Formats: sequence, C-alpha cells, structure tokens
Amino acid sequence: MSEERPVVYPYIPNSVPDVKAGMLREVGAQSTEDLFQDIPEHLRLRRDLDLPEPLLSEYALRRHVEGILSRNRSCKDYLSFLGAGCAQHYVPALCDEVNRRGEFLTAYAGGPYEDHGRFQALFEYASMMGELLNMDVVNVPTYDGFQAAATSIRMAARITGRREALLCRAGNPGKLGRIREYCRPDIEVRLVGYDPISGQMDLEALAATLSGRTAAVYFENPSYLGFIETHGDEVSRLAHAYGAVCVVSVDPSSLGVLAPPADYGADIVCGDIQPLGMHMQFGGGQAGFIATRDEERYVMEFPSRLFGIAPTSVSGEYGFGDVAYERTSFALREKGKEWVGTAAALWGITAGVYLALMGPQGMAELAEGIMARSQYAMAHIARVCGVRAPVFQAPHFKEFTVNLDRTGKRVAEVNRQLLERGILGGKDLSQEFPELGQSALYCITEVHTRGDIDGLVDALQEVVK
Amino acid sequence: MRDITKQRYTGGKANLRRFHQARWDEPIIFELSRPGQRAILVPEVDAGIRREVSDGTAALPARMRRKEPPRLPELSQPQVLRHYDRLSQETLGADLNIEIGQGTCTMKYSPKVNDQLATLPQVAEVHPLQPEETVQGILEILYRFAEILKEISGLDHFSLQPGAGSVGIYTNAAIIRAYHRLRGQGDQCDEIITTIFSHPSNAACFKTAGFKVVTLHPGEDGYPGLDALKAAVSERTAALVITNPEDTGIYNPHIREFVRTVHDAGGLCSYDQANANGILGITRASEAGFDLCQFNLHKTFSSPHGCGGPAVGACGVTQELARFLPVPVVAFDGRRYRLDYDRPDSIGKIGPFFGVAPVVVRAYAWVMSLGAKGLREVAEISVLNNNYLLKKMKEIRGLSAPYAKRQRRIEQVRYSWERLTRETGIRSEQLGVRAADFGVHYWTSHHPFVVPEPCTLEPTESYSREELDEYVAIMRHVAEEAYTDPERIHAAPHNSTVHTIDHTPLDDPTQWAMTWRAYGRKVSREDG
Repeated sequence: MSEERPVVYPYIPNSVPDVKAGMLREVGAQSTEDLFQDIPEHLRLRRDLDLPEPLLSEYALRRHVEGILSRNRSCKDYLSFLGAGCAQHYVPALCDEVNRRGEFLTAYAGGPYEDHGRFQALFEYASMMGELLNMDVVNVPTYDGFQAAATSIRMAARITGRREALLCRAGNPGKLGRIREYCRPDIEVRLVGYDPISGQMDLEALAATLSGRTAAVYFENPSYLGFIETHGDEVSRLAHAYGAVCVVSVDPSSLGVLAPPADYGADIVCGDIQPLGMHMQFGGGQAGFIATRDEERYVMEFPSRLFGIAPTSVSGEYGFGDVAYERTSFALREKGKEWVGTAAALWGITAGVYLALMGPQGMAELAEGIMARSQYAMAHIARVCGVRAPVFQAPHFKEFTVNLDRTGKRVAEVNRQLLERGILGGKDLSQEFPELGQSALYCITEVHTRGDIDGLVDALQEVVK
Repeated sequence: MRDITKQRYTGGKANLRRFHQARWDEPIIFELSRPGQRAILVPEVDAGIRREVSDGTAALPARMRRKEPPRLPELSQPQVLRHYDRLSQETLGADLNIEIGQGTCTMKYSPKVNDQLATLPQVAEVHPLQPEETVQGILEILYRFAEILKEISGLDHFSLQPGAGSVGIYTNAAIIRAYHRLRGQGDQCDEIITTIFSHPSNAACFKTAGFKVVTLHPGEDGYPGLDALKAAVSERTAALVITNPEDTGIYNPHIREFVRTVHDAGGLCSYDQANANGILGITRASEAGFDLCQFNLHKTFSSPHGCGGPAVGACGVTQELARFLPVPVVAFDGRRYRLDYDRPDSIGKIGPFFGVAPVVVRAYAWVMSLGAKGLREVAEISVLNNNYLLKKMKEIRGLSAPYAKRQRRIEQVRYSWERLTRETGIRSEQLGVRAADFGVHYWTSHHPFVVPEPCTLEPTESYSREELDEYVAIMRHVAEEAYTDPERIHAAPHNSTVHTIDHTPLDDPTQWAMTWRAYGRKVSREDG
C-alpha cells in the first residue's frame, strides 16, 4: 500500500508540503500542532470534523452544486406574478457586467486612496438616488428595506426626542413586525387603520392618535397592497402639525412618474433598491436606502456610512471620504447611532449603474409602462367570473389585490392549479390580511407582455370555473 | 531602456513593485451627461395594451405626479461601461493585491467557480415566495450549509437570515433578550459584558437591542483576567459577548471559566466567531460552553466582500435557544425541504426573506471543495502564515507585537508602531497611506486605539510565502523611510489615483456634500 498523498489545495498556496515544512522551521515549530499550543487540551477537538467528503476537483464540485440547484425552477421556467417586496424586473447586462468585476466584487473596506473608485461609485449611487428622490442625503445601503424603515423610525425618535411611532397598517406586515421588534426597547409602535374601500390611511384616526408624543408617522407608497396613497401631503401636514417626522417607504421604480415623497412633505424616505438592477436571488438582492434633507440634525442621526466629496491638494481633483464619521459605532462603539457594518454596498453600486443606464427618460417610461400593464391586467382579471381586482378603489402602481371570495375558491388552491399551467400566481394574503378574505397580491412589471397577462387571465378563467 | 528584470530581483530577492494605481481623472457621472442620450431602451408596451390604456398615469391625481423628471445623467451605453470600468480599475480589490493588510476582515481568495454557481439562473432568477416544491435545490443548500455550521461550531441550530456580521450579532442580542423575557427576567437582566478589543458594532448592536454595555479591558496577557470578569458579573448580566481569539490573535485559554462564571450568574454566552479562520476543526463554540455564536460567511467562508456586502452573518444557538431563532427555519423531513414558520417564540423576521442565498451557495461550495481535512488545512496554514509573518514583521525597526510575548498567535496580530512614532513622528495611519503607493491595503485598528499606533495584519491561507515576504518588504521599506526620508511619507500618497485629500469639509455641515446636487449647491454658493 502506498501512503496517502497529501492534498495540495489549489486555494492554499502554502499547502505544498515542502513549503509548509520550510515555514514551520522558520517559526521554530515542529509541526502545525505547536502553533495551537495555547489552546487548552479540554477545548481541543481531537477528531476530524464530521463533514461530507470533499469534491476536490473543480469539475466535481461544479457538477455537485449544479446538480442540487437543478432541482430549482426559476422565473425563467415559469410565468411569475409574485412581488410583495421582491419583483422581477429586467436586469440590464451592464449591471451584472459591473458588479461581477473582480475589483468591485472583492474589495472591502479600504481607504479612499486605494479604493477611490469604490468611493466614487457609491457617491454617484447616492447622488443619482438623490435626484430620483429629490433629497440631498442618501446613505451607503443598509441590509434591506426592512432595516431601512426600522432605522428611519429610530432616527425620527432621536431627532424629535420622542418615543412613539404611528405606522399605517396597510404596510408590509413583515416589515411592520420588524419595525416593532427593532424599536421595542425605546419606541412604542401604534398602528393606524386604513379605509376599507380606498385603502387610504384613515386620516381621522391618524389625527386622533397624533400627539406631542409622536416621533414619526410612517406609511408606504405605493403601499404593500399595491395602491397609491394619494393623501401623502395631508398625512405629512398632520404629522408636522404635531412636530412629528413624516417617514415614507417608497418603491424607487415608481419615481419616474410618481411624485417623490419629499414633494408631499416626507422628511425621511426609505425603501429597497432591489428593483434597480438586482436579480431576485431568492431574496438575496435586497438593499435598503435612507434619504433626508441636508440638515445637520438629520445627518447626525444616520447610523450608516455617508460618503462625501472633498478637495485634494491638486486643484480640480475629486477626493472622497466619510462624512461625520464620529457619529458611527465604528468611532464610538455603543455611544454611536445604532450600528454600522458590512451590508449591501455592491447592490448600491449596481443600482447606480441601473440609474445611469435608464436616465430620466428610461425611469419615466419604466414607471408609465408598468402602470399601463397593471391597469390592463386589473381590468382583464376583473372580468373573470367571480374575481374582483383590485380590491381597493385607488390608483395602483405595479401590484394589486385579486379577491376570489365570490369564486368559492381559495388562493392556495387556485395557485396550485396555476402552477400546473406554468404560472406563479400572486402571493396569498389570507394570513396577513384576513379582512381581505381570499385575496392574492399580483405584481406586474415591464417584463410582462400582453400575451403573458392574457395567458394569466385565460388560466384564471379555467381555474375558477 | 532600463531593464526591469534586473531591478526586480536583487540578490535573489524580489524588489518592490513600481506600482501606480489607475488614474483616469474620471469625472463624476453627471459631468458626462448629454441631453437626449440613451444607454438602454425599456420594453415597449404592447399595442394591444396601449389601445386600452393610452396613458398609464391618467388615473393619478395631479398632486401625486412627478412634476419634473429626475435629473439623472443621460449617457450612451458604452460611456456608462467605460465610466464604471475605470472606477473599478481605481479600486484595489482582493483579486489584485496581497490582501493581508485589512486585518480582522479575513480577505481570502473567493473562488471564481463559486461566483459562477451563485449567479446561475437557478439562484439569480428565483423569487423568494415561489412554492416550496419549486425551490427544493436552494432550500437543500441552505439546509446542508446549516448542518455544516452545526458541526463546525458544535451548536445545535442555525439561521442564515441575518444579512452580515453585525446583524448576526444583533440577532444574538434579540434572542438573548427573548430568553430572559420568557423567564420573567427581562427587566433584571439588562447588561451585557464585552471587551474593548471586540468589534465596536458588537457593543452597539446590544445597546440598540436595549442592553447596557459593560466593557472589559485587557490585562498583560492581552485578554481580560477572570477576576475582572467576576467583578463585572452580577444578577443584571444578560450575556457575555466575546471573540476568541480577539484581533490580537491571542487565544484566551480561560474561556471555559469565563463562560462558566457567566452561566453561574444566570447569563448566556455569545461567541462572535469573526476570527474563526484559524480554529476551524481545532476548537469549537460548544467545547467552551457557548450558547450562541455568529459566523461571517463573507469572511471565514470565502464569499467575496462586495465593497461591503451583500453578506451573511450566520447565527447559531443551542437546542435550548432554538425556539427563538428568526422565522422561517429550513426543515427537512428526509424527503422534502420546507420553510417552518410555526415557531411562536421566534424573535420574528430579521430581513424580508431568507437572507442572501448566493452568499450561502458560495460558502457551501467552498466547504465542499475542502472537506474536513481541507478546513483543517485552512486553519493550520492561516496560523502558520500568521506566525511566519509575525516573525518577519518583528524584525522591522520600530515595530512590536504587544502582549503575550511567549505565546503563539492564531490568525492575525495587532502590531504597534509606538516606537517608530516616538522616534520619527510618523503615525501608523501615515504608514498606511504610503503603503498604498506599493499596491497594498493597510489597516490600523478599530477605535479606540488600545494598542498605540496600531496595525492589524491577517494573512489568511490564501497567500504564498513569497507574497508574505513581499508584503513584509513593503512594510520594511516604508518603516525605513520613516527614519531616513520622513518627508516622503508626509507627502504620500505618490502613486495613488488621487493626491492628499482635505478631509475638513467632511465634518463641516456647511461644506459637506453626500450627493452631487448638494455639492453643486454648496460650491456655487462659495463661488458666488
């Protein structure tokens, strides 16, 4: 029997036995075991980890992982109408081209001399988002829209010195739950109802709930349920009358057409940039933004990094750096604002590429085209016997509710039958919004053709019969 | 013409590179804009839809319509590509350099095959709310990778939902809070104990979750003494939150006694495994008695850092704490994978869906390429590389490695240039700016600087002996320059994309500008 040959690992240059031996000699160790001498015996694992056998060749590895992933079906295999916080938009080739470049993909936390391009790309991302949002300050992305909303409300509480937040109940229930959990130690969260006909925030209830204790009034626009809150100006006016901060979560893909929340009085605007050039990735393409006016009392409450432009010793040259770094947990540990760390910067760069590609014309056409398609879809789905779409009498953007109560069918059952026809039906809302009965949330974007929508309508026709 | 090959090797040893960072003088993208240019066209609305909906915005009340188009730049497609390619060239990714200067960040090689796997349509084009039967492949990878982390840590259950390290720590905090609350001790157990060498956001995450923070300082060994811990522990102690080894690379051998002390007082123990690279397969969270832990898949498990995410901060817990994990948890009945939401004591959702799946795909593929022996090789070589680097670095004038003089270090070392600064007036940060002239990163330390004039190097397993030698040669050169030609360092950088940055506007509300529009307004006001 020949001895087992040591493996030379392609990712580990010094795993070559001679090299390893030479380096051990250099550090005065007999074996690598000597290097762990300070870990007491009672803490040592004296066996191999019980892990699957390795796939040493790149080919075997690829084949194994591709084999597992082949059990997935994607939205390329199905016609999908799923949304609810993650939407299938077209991802321009350049978005992938740029975010797969090794320089960006593998950079991390270098300084502005080594990573000038990273700073500039993220400054430009913030700048283009600023134009879209009509706001002067935009952060380096946080994890996702949930975190962005939760942090926005904590910012509002710090800005006002108050401890109560009012959230519109028509918002994403998962997000509202996250806000509640995140704010729990310091802020009391209360929900404000919505009008069952129009879906609009109940302004009377809001006025009755607002007080000198209110730090923030929060709503989503377009709402989670797809309709557009058309009274944003009245909500913000009410909030401001009580000295509260108006926080709006917005879908950035709507802003080529919809007024940016700042225009109707929002003080902090947040949301998720997944629609701007990120593949869905089973939810891995989310990234959160937070935007405010350029006022010191707002800026100083951001936990996130903020990249600013600065002069250099050469006239006309642009440099970059961290703005007001001393507010962050990097500088102050627990005395900083919440915390900052690795989050979703690469998606920020990607969203920058997306906005640069689309330009003002592209963003306007995108939003108008989505609205045209979703109106067509709502009208045709509503013609299916017993189906109501949308549930709310209000303008909608890309998502809308489809109610099945009068068909006598459940959403789960209809979706199962749609799946058999190669269609991913809308998200079942019956758990999150029991008051909407058997309703589903459908999402239409620029990827949907008339044929796609007609195909859905035909399939629904068959299924609910 | 000069013969560079003669310059490159002297006496068989590599000379420093004649590096110069790309300098494109690339304008801000708005400056490249020309009205009317298009870089991509949007799918047109079908004529059949147009016949019925001539203007999609007609239903919008006037006050909800955008009044003016966003002033986004207008460029052609090749201009956008060239712009971003130039910016990428002005960014020193780990793919390019001997990336050992960003200590604590575990800047290892991110295998390209894993990037290709993570961007397959079976990952990229999958919606998170698809029916479970259509996502069995990705659920299987999430499940299998959680099983791998269970074995590596010895803990019982994992959530891969948190989107990076700090939110992984926050998830630990939320679980600890839920645990004490369920025992009716939520009000009493309101303090956590951590150390000054731990990541600054660890303390911040626990503060955000409502805890008071007690911070221990190191003794002569480089870690806090057991007596200091005992003095800090009380009936208020909700948890100990600790890294081992800390960024000094010194392993605290008394960790089990630390854990026991906190357990005896009714507290939990949370292990920040940001520095796990050197101990994979060597020692585990469970052996020391920890209740919770956190791994960075974008560090230890090779997923690329992406300029700062997307990432995953995997959160592990013992059986006793499993009920509090974020929902959903991936479950497997031997036949099918499913998402389990029926967990009434869960802390809820940490993010919108299930975390960053492509990062998990990469981490899974990385472990599968190595297996148990390979992971152990990762630990051994990263520790060998570090101790080799330590020996070479300590030969440099003006540098020391504080604490634990007779001990080995695990996977990184926090060095000190205190003597060099005393003798030359040059600060650690200035050395870093000068080091950039040779095409490498360099990092000081988190704040506060407990080690004076700090420098943190973590060589990981990904660099050859010759590359480690090259990094040391750069450091030696820069340190010698501090003694012989300090002006050269004062005037650095010399080979970077830009020259010395004036940071003063960045802390001045009247001058700072986080967007081009704010900059335009403030500069024009200055000019006016």
